[in-house]
Parts: sequence; structure tokens; C-alpha cells
Amino acid sequence: MSVSTYQSNELTPLERQYILTTQKGLPIVERPYDVIAEKLNISVEEVLNLTKDLQQRGIIRRIAAVPNHYKIGYKFNGMTVWDVDDDCIQEFGRRVGKLPFVSHCYERPRHLPHWNYNLFAMVHGKNQQEIQIYRSQIKELLNDVLVQRNNDSSQHMSLKSNDMLTSTQILKKTGLRLKQ
Amino acid sequence: MDKAATTQVSELSNLDKGLINLLQKGLPVCERPFAEIAKTLSGMGIDTSEQEVIDHLQALRMSKILTRFGPMFDAACLGGAFTLAALAVPEEDFEKVTEQVNSFEQIAHNYRRDHTFNMWFVIGTESQAEIDQVIDAIEEKTQLTVLNTPKLEEFYVGLYLPV
Repeated sequence: MSVSTYQSNELTPLERQYILTTQKGLPIVERPYDVIAEKLNISVEEVLNLTKDLQQRGIIRRIAAVPNHYKIGYKFNGMTVWDVDDDCIQEFGRRVGKLPFVSHCYERPRHLPHWNYNLFAMVHGKNQQEIQIYRSQIKELLNDVLVQRNNDSSQHMSLKSNDMLTSTQILKKTGLRLKQ
Repeated sequence: MDKAATTQVSELSNLDKGLINLLQKGLPVCERPFAEIAKTLSGMGIDTSEQEVIDHLQALRMSKILTRFGPMFDAACLGGAFTLAALAVPEEDFEKVTEQVNSFEQIAHNYRRDHTFNMWFVIGTESQAEIDQVIDAIEEKTQLTVLNTPKLEEFYVGLYLPV
């Protein structure tokens, strides 16, 4: 479980300084870690070792670039949501997460009767058709483990086994940062 | 106005495309990482140099084609608490509620989505208690019930959008 692993990831003051120094980005110069070493007042070897250690502990997920989805043509994203049998969610959550086009995959709580979905998987595409195809590929994988609920028509409840919520507008977007 | 509809798709060179694809996967941890990237790209048939990689990467950052470049920290490891939450906002109140929700500094992302639950946002705070406080405050301000869906289990996180 994610919560328990984080407890072993208490940060040292140096590690906190490292995060504060690099969370806005890595300098794009010939020797980027030298710049960090100078700021932290340690050697470049120490910075490299610290970086590798943070990566190994999962505190750094990866050192990478994040493109603006829209500028590189990915104008469509779908949050696919699924009502998966609780006994199967571990296995099938992992399997959905392994699909190459899924960027995030989480188990989240249901809130019956309004919200019956417990598995969330994000997909991204260049057009509507592309994300529809991804949705149907996930559906194929999950078909046998989706919950079929008897809808109670007297309460006007109609609970589907899955849905896809496409984003139609970004209302706010800021980064998550460690505070000074 | 829909941001998605107004952003132009950028024309990219082969080198830029190669860089975007490669750097989404990750940068090696070494003293001169861009020399390594240049070598890898050259091995893929994109002939380039360390300096050219640096120049193009800087340009991609300047033009905001790359929004971030550097270590991607697991936000939860940084000691905060997070949740994804939603509201079912009546269409006629959407603009007002957007302002109300966005006015909280703890709201990191907020997306309109096509569903009865049509507003989905990430709340990021220092503590779990603060998450609950923010949710209560949003409910009071908007007079709507928040659907709170914190992650119970993470199966995969890793965005890769090849160009």
C-alpha cells in the first residue's frame, strides 16, 4: 500500500534542500548536476548519488520532460471509470495499468448510489476516435469482472458498469510544490 | 474559451520529436546527461551533438512545448495529502462555481468533464485534516455535495505521449 511505503521515506534536511532546488526544473546546461552541487555546497558525486538514491526509493519517479499535451497534438483525454468486482480489482487494476496507452490507473472509493466506479484509468489521444478505441480495449480486458447492478427503476437509478468522462475545458492548472 | 481548441499544434523537427520521446522516458543520471542523449539519438539515426541537444531542449522549454523538465517527485513523498474530488454543478451556475472552487489555493488542477459530475479537481494540502477542511469549505461556499475519491491504491503512473 502506498501510504505505508511513504513513512520509510522521511526526508533529511539535505534531501529537502535538493527537492527545493530542483523541483522547478533541472538546469539545461552541459553539467546540470554541477549547478545543483554548487547550490547545495556538496560535490557533484554526492549530488549524483543522492539523485540515484531518491530515484531508488521512489521519491523521484523519473528525471524527465513533460510535454504540453495540446501543443504536441494530444487534444483529447478520457478519464475511463469502471465498476470492478472488489475481489478482482488488484489483479485487473495492475493489468489495466500495464496497457501502454494508460497514463494513470488508481483504485478509488465508490459512493453509492451516485457513483459506483472504483477503478480509474486515464487515456490520451489525438482525436475522439483514438480514445474510444482505448476505452474499448480496456473494456475487453475487464468485461468478465465488471459488476452488473440491478437497476431499481422506482428510484430512477441507472448505474452503468463503466463510463468515460472526456475533458472539455481546463479550469485551473498549477503545479504541486514542496513549500519552503 | 476552450483552451484545447485554441492551442496550435506545433511543427516539430525530427530532432525535437526524438528529444520529446526520449526525454519523457527519462534522462540518465550522470555528469553530462545531454552528451548521453546525443549519443542515443545518433544511434537512432538522428545525428546530433551535446550542444545541439541543449539548444533544442532550451527552445522546447522556452516555447512551452515542454512544460517541465527535471526530477518528477512523487507528490505524496513530499509530505502532503492529496485527493481527487468532483461536483455535479448545475449548468447555469458553472461559471460561478468555477470561480468559487478555483479561489482555494489548495486546488491544483480543475477540469470540466462531460458527465453529471462535471467538475473534477485535485486538492493538495499539507495534511489529511486540511483536505477535510477544504472539502467542508467548498461545500459551504457552493452549497453542493463534494464527491471525494482519494486514491486507495496506485496501479500505474507514467505519462508517455509519443510524437
